[in-house]
Amino acid sequence: MEFIIKYLWLMPTAPLLAAGIGALLHRRQRLLGAGLAIGAILFSFGLACVAFSTTLRGGRATSNFRWFEFGTTSVQLGWVLDPLGAIMAVMVTFVSLLVFVYSVGYMAKDENFTRFFCFLALFAAAMLGLIIANSLLLFFICWELVGLASYLLIGFWFQKPSAAAAAKKAFIVTRIGDLGFLLGILYLYGRAGTLLFYDGGHGCLERNANTGVMMGTTLIALLIFCGAVGKSGQIPLHVWLPDAMEGPTPVSALIHAATMVAAGVFLIARVYPLMTPESLQVVTWVGALTAVFAAAIAVAQNDIKRILAYSTVSQLGYMMMGLGTGGVSVGMFHLTTHACFKALLFMGAGSVIHGCHEEQDIRKMGGLSRRMPVTFMTYAIGMMALCGVPLFFSGFWSKDAILDAAHHWRFSQTPFYLGLVGAFLTAFYMTRQVVLVFFGRSTNQEAEHPRESPPVMTLPLVILAAGAMLLGFFGTPVWPWFQSYLAEDNAVFDFSKLTEGGQLGIMLLSTGLVAVAMMLSGWIYFKKAASADREKDPLETAQPALFALLQHKFYVDEIYEATVVRLTVAFAMFSDWLDRKFWGGLVRAVSWLTVALARLSQTVDETVVNGSFDAGTETVRDSGKWVSLLQNGQTQRYLGAIGLAFCGLLIFLLWGSQ
Amino acid sequence: MLTLLTFLPLAVGLFVALLGRDQQKLGRNLAFAASLLSLVLAVKLGLSFDHSLGMQFTERHPWMPSLGMEYYVAVDGLGLLTVLLSALIVPFAMLASWKIENNPKLYFAFMLFLESALFGTFTAQNFVHWFLFWELSLIPGFFLIRLWGGPKRTRAAFQVFVYMMVGSVAMLAAFLALFAVTKTFDFAQLASLAHRDGGLFLKHKMLVTAVFFGVFLGLAIKVPLVPFHTWLPTAYSEAPTGTVMILTGATSKMGVYGFLRILWPIFPEQIHAWRHLLLALAAATVVFPAAAALAQKDLKRMVAYSSINHLGYCMLGIFAAARLTDGSAVFSTDQAAALNGVILQLFNHGLTAAALFYFVGLIEQRGGALRGLNDFGGLRQAAPVFCGLMGIALFASLGLPGLNGFPGEFLIFKGALHLASLTTLLSIPGLLLTAIFLLTILQRVFSGPLPDQWRKWPDLTTTERLTVLPMLALIFVFGIFPQLLTGVANPAVMQMLKPF
Repeated sequence: MEFIIKYLWLMPTAPLLAAGIGALLHRRQRLLGAGLAIGAILFSFGLACVAFSTTLRGGRATSNFRWFEFGTTSVQLGWVLDPLGAIMAVMVTFVSLLVFVYSVGYMAKDENFTRFFCFLALFAAAMLGLIIANSLLLFFICWELVGLASYLLIGFWFQKPSAAAAAKKAFIVTRIGDLGFLLGILYLYGRAGTLLFYDGGHGCLERNANTGVMMGTTLIALLIFCGAVGKSGQIPLHVWLPDAMEGPTPVSALIHAATMVAAGVFLIARVYPLMTPESLQVVTWVGALTAVFAAAIAVAQNDIKRILAYSTVSQLGYMMMGLGTGGVSVGMFHLTTHACFKALLFMGAGSVIHGCHEEQDIRKMGGLSRRMPVTFMTYAIGMMALCGVPLFFSGFWSKDAILDAAHHWRFSQTPFYLGLVGAFLTAFYMTRQVVLVFFGRSTNQEAEHPRESPPVMTLPLVILAAGAMLLGFFGTPVWPWFQSYLAEDNAVFDFSKLTEGGQLGIMLLSTGLVAVAMMLSGWIYFKKAASADREKDPLETAQPALFALLQHKFYVDEIYEATVVRLTVAFAMFSDWLDRKFWGGLVRAVSWLTVALARLSQTVDETVVNGSFDAGTETVRDSGKWVSLLQNGQTQRYLGAIGLAFCGLLIFLLWGSQ
Repeated sequence: MLTLLTFLPLAVGLFVALLGRDQQKLGRNLAFAASLLSLVLAVKLGLSFDHSLGMQFTERHPWMPSLGMEYYVAVDGLGLLTVLLSALIVPFAMLASWKIENNPKLYFAFMLFLESALFGTFTAQNFVHWFLFWELSLIPGFFLIRLWGGPKRTRAAFQVFVYMMVGSVAMLAAFLALFAVTKTFDFAQLASLAHRDGGLFLKHKMLVTAVFFGVFLGLAIKVPLVPFHTWLPTAYSEAPTGTVMILTGATSKMGVYGFLRILWPIFPEQIHAWRHLLLALAAATVVFPAAAALAQKDLKRMVAYSSINHLGYCMLGIFAAARLTDGSAVFSTDQAAALNGVILQLFNHGLTAAALFYFVGLIEQRGGALRGLNDFGGLRQAAPVFCGLMGIALFASLGLPGLNGFPGEFLIFKGALHLASLTTLLSIPGLLLTAIFLLTILQRVFSGPLPDQWRKWPDLTTTERLTVLPMLALIFVFGIFPQLLTGVANPAVMQMLKPF
């Protein structure tokens, strides 16, 4: 561990370098660009695995350094290696690696292929930086860079106005949350005097635990949670996530399923010691509401990626609920399993879209199970993992842990019931999707002859499918290895845990719900998939008003458009008016006043001052006329005058001598 | 050293201006060489700067001792950074104006005069001396706008000039009143007098308030602070690109510098007494221009408003930090944070804003005088490098961590949040509004379908890339290693916070 901590910084730096070099490459250096990015992430993956192996025995190592100084103190940054970060790093590098490889196939025909890998590498670098950060400030820096990378990737097809708008929306909406996060950081900084997480007993997370002094307050915790709400697409800042599906599908798999949105959950897990019980209640409620809210919307969507997007929002709600009710390990376990199967689903959806010539509407697809067998099999595994089909699928174990924790929550049982409703809806909409896409007949000419995707795309699917099944066994109640690893003690086999505290009952209950939902949905949609008219959803026929409400996502976008956006525009107009008319008007008024004053003084000058001056000059001129007679230039007169004067002088002198 | 630095551009500028009309190219090249030489001198100054000392490179000669006038130049960290910034911006702005057709020699000579005025202002430690250079900056600024500006140049130039003169007169009157009482024009002496018990004039509360507002007005117009800012959007949108780069990159920093060097140390009690009003103005300077930028349709006006908004953060930091230095530890850490942040912001905004205006100028040049937000679209397709590099400048301006804007804003907010919570909270929406309008520029100009009209839009040429490269490199360098700046700025801040 001492050894690896020295080189841990290489984990984000390698992809960062790849991104930097990639930015300088020419468009045509495709192989080099992709090779660099994949090589870098492979290196990071290796490093993450080594780091992970050193944390198996627990413990924590840090390395801090001074970033810059001010006053008599300095801002410190650093990195940390502990189980929480290590497992996250392995997960992120693993999923990223597969997404990178998959992208080689998916983006093969794109002219900005090289640029794409540059952005992907930047994204991975920022995400890894965030994971190893040992300072809330470094965390925030990487957090913002993740935002930048997502902005670039969502808007990757910038020629499409919708993609450009979605990218901007993602950045702005998450930034709203980030401003709260920043405020929380600043308050914490003022209170704790440091932003380092672990610093030999002086970090902002440690002092809290060791001395019992609460460094955090509910206000700080909630402000930090604002950041997580934005990034992880929780209510009310979830609106950007579904729009972000405008980006290429590998981006959706990477950013909007497995990693970026997981950053918010990871944030709460990382600063867990700062979370007060009151703030955890808020986290739980927000998570529970998001879980149901988004799942309900997903039922009425027709775009294959949007369904997955809302499912992501909903699952993130579960993770938040897990964090709020059960603690770090519960939330993190669902995060890990979800990363695996959601990446699988997104990449499977990408394979479907690719095969159907960029068709994304599930009503127009159909019968793909025969033509795309690998995609179908892997997709089905991902879908069952997401629905929580028992025993062999990871989602079952991790979702069950959350429901169990919610059941034992001492404040309220409502989140538990909300969680059950969410589970039911999840099974329903995923079955609907799979049935419509893979069974029945297609109605789209273009999508009628799909081909299976190349191995470079299907191989990652197979690997992820294996993960989606196997991962669950690391965190069952019988052998809670994952939970023990994060809590740094040894896991033991204990079958009796299964029946403790009603856990088995909850499992049976959720299994029953899932089974009912799948059968119901299958019954409705198998009929639909086989029929010729696939345009109208059976639910729409049955409940048009409710369906419209869900299809329009509870009109949240419209409400924001009518309130927040309109207010902002109005405020902008007001500020502009203030400048042009009010302040500008004041300035003009002053200038008119000045001009008026000048006119007045001109008048005064001309009548009073100049008048008397003119009179004065007239007098002078008149006397001048007389005086000028003395100087008229006639020599005779001068001589006469001189003679006259001479005579006068002579007389005077003679008079005087007497 | 400082004298050479200050008078070199002035002398070369005079020489260039007196060259024959047929020697335009020679004049231009000479002027550029002089600005490069100044840059070399400034960098040399920075390299031999001793971080442990306060004021250094001092040159002091009596001038008119009976009137308190002295030739007194020296720099501390604040002075050094502003000098370096000016020395960086001027050659950059000259390259941006390389293709000026109408009498380039004179244009470049005026730029050198402006540079000299900047150096003089940032190094002078005596009011009279300082004020001369402060005023000197007006004349070249006026002519650069009046002779080479856009269609409404006459009005813009006169407006700037009159505005500035009002401020200058107020400031001059205030300092004369100060001199009448204290018999000194020396900044340091005035500051130490102000910190003796009772302040500058023990008995004349009204007078000292009037004096304070006189100085304040002069500085506030220069920065500018809302509501004294209405000259700026017009001036910046009418001025030629190179000029506006200097105006926003360096000249506007004269105002902030004045606040730090003059108002903050000499009038601590008055700032403290009026801090609610001042903080309100600072918050208004952050929020209203950011919102107004959102309503603009002209790229230059947009970036001009963004410039006001960014300097608003400086004002916020300065006024928030202006509590009486009673030596309590917590507050002085926050004060140090805020003031360091202000200096960082001052420096980094200069770089970023100059780069942004450079790009907007290029857009205007390529678009055939079109520069509306909605006149373009999809340009990234035709000019990916252009878009990428301008994107860097935009994100730096937005305060993206990793680029130079972030450390300063972080420190300002860190300090200000604890010193003036309410104002800081009111200013926070400014950060969001800034992000919105900067991303709107990226969206409207560079994204979407490419209109046929702009299909042949040329990407950055090699010359243009080389021109902007140093600036962009510095944007990264100071974003990743802010210690390079705080290492210089912090001793100056500590000096300011030291009890007298």
